[in-house]
Amino acid sequence: MGAGHLRGLYLQRQSPLHAVASHVKVLAAVWLVVVVASIPRQQVWAFGVAGISIVAGFIFSGLTVGQVLRRLVVLAPFVPVVIALPFIAGGEPAEVFGVAVSEEGLWGAWNFLAKAIVGVSVSSIVTASTTVPDILAALGKLRMPKILVAIASSMVRYLDLIVEETSRMRLAMVSRGYSPAWFWQAKPLATSAGSLFVRSYERSERVHAAMMARGFTGTLPQRRVVASASQWVAVCAAPAVMTVVLLVAILK
Amino acid sequence: MHAPDGLLNVGTALATGGISVGCVMLAARRCGDELESKVVPLAGVTAAFVFAAQMLNFPVGIGTSGHILGAALAAILLGPYLGSLSSTVVVLVQAFVFADGGVTALGYNVLNMAIVPAFGGYALYILFRKVFPATPAGVSLSTGFASAGSVVLSAVAFSLEWLFGATVPVPFDTVFGAMVSVHLVIGIGEGVISGLVMSAVLRSRQDIVFGARDLPTMSAAQTQPVNAVKWRTFIVGSIGISVVLAAIVSQFAASSPDGLERVVIDTGIGPDDDTAAFGGSLFADYALDGISNPSASLALAGVAGVVVVAATGFGMLTAAKFVARKPVVAS
Repeated sequence: MGAGHLRGLYLQRQSPLHAVASHVKVLAAVWLVVVVASIPRQQVWAFGVAGISIVAGFIFSGLTVGQVLRRLVVLAPFVPVVIALPFIAGGEPAEVFGVAVSEEGLWGAWNFLAKAIVGVSVSSIVTASTTVPDILAALGKLRMPKILVAIASSMVRYLDLIVEETSRMRLAMVSRGYSPAWFWQAKPLATSAGSLFVRSYERSERVHAAMMARGFTGTLPQRRVVASASQWVAVCAAPAVMTVVLLVAILK
Repeated sequence: MHAPDGLLNVGTALATGGISVGCVMLAARRCGDELESKVVPLAGVTAAFVFAAQMLNFPVGIGTSGHILGAALAAILLGPYLGSLSSTVVVLVQAFVFADGGVTALGYNVLNMAIVPAFGGYALYILFRKVFPATPAGVSLSTGFASAGSVVLSAVAFSLEWLFGATVPVPFDTVFGAMVSVHLVIGIGEGVISGLVMSAVLRSRQDIVFGARDLPTMSAAQTQPVNAVKWRTFIVGSIGISVVLAAIVSQFAASSPDGLERVVIDTGIGPDDDTAAFGGSLFADYALDGISNPSASLALAGVAGVVVVAATGFGMLTAAKFVARKPVVAS
């Protein structure tokens, strides 16, 4: 998460998914992730179908394999957990390559890994093909409370500014020859964070005054976006198919 | 810390989602009454600050670093409603905009990383304020201890959700023990950082700190004592409390029958067959498999649940009372 927060993870492309209205993509993504999270884990074939729809999503959004893998790095902290699960979990023991592991633990690790990867992949597709303001507008259109959307909009608007202010403060500290490496040296960092808060607060007061002066009434105006029926059908095909797959997997 | 999709089962995701939505709506309504339109830029810019502060990794040792949750600090700086709202927005934006944290995991991510630490942390803050003197140093120390405690509350909340929604056969005891002991250590870091941040803010703008509004406005000469906060005392104190807590927690993780189980066996209040009593119950079987003494574990879970709910609820009630009594914005 380097520079360019207002851009978020957006990739400037001309793909079929980039052209779709944002609320259609967000709704389809949430639907798909909810369905996949409900698949019973023994139904490996159902995850295979989910995998196919994800790959299709990658192709239609113009993401390259390298970009996809980079997005999956967000799961890195959970890798040790997944590796440890078959060993620390209880239940029936099983032998894999001559090592005794818990069968339930293996299934659990698989379940967790598969669903987490689908979740991150779907989010990656949406965030790569939709700009940040469009994602927030979509959440508003999909009935997320207006106040949360307004706060989130104002957050992403000032995110770059404040993150850069943070790195300027850090740079100033380093260029004065102070580069903390141990926990007991954390005080200057905390002091920076303290002044960062004061600066942020004072900035928000100025922003509020400026907004009031321009006639702000408590909510931000929303753009009107209309999605065509063909967009709905095309994008919701994936979650719709997965819903059928889920029903089959449960009834099987 | 951002749980991905599929970590807990669907029922738990829905239940925690419902609780989170309820708490967030309450906070939003409160803030709406309280600050009118000012809430949008204030919470927005503060959410950006929390996000930036989370990126400000603090060094733990060579090669490792931790980052702060910031929810308790935000609650004390801005008041629990606005603070919880800012933290919630941070979690939402991380999930929807930065693909960090699962969308179906939002229910428990918001609950664990925004609602529980903000309201629970604020409740702890109120309690610690009664112990420490009403000075900037006292406020900073209370902030430190409350923030440390909020991280542990958050870990306990996750363990409890595991009890209901485990997807892997790792017993509740193991998860509880591991989560709480790791987060005791993380909590010390969070506490020190939060306390120092608070002391820096108090030095320049004491008037904007929600949790310090009862303090008399200090002149420049009087603000000096803030510097005199003995952080060594704080760290030694935290480690002491952590060791005691860890000892208590490890008692429950021990396989030999402990005091609580002994009581259960002796008095005969426990069921004859421990596992049968919980079969087909509300709890995930996985979270109970392999536990040597489910009665004691569930008693522990019960106590832990009461602590988390009481702290969070107390934070909400106190905040509501506080808001009713005093106008929030001077300007």
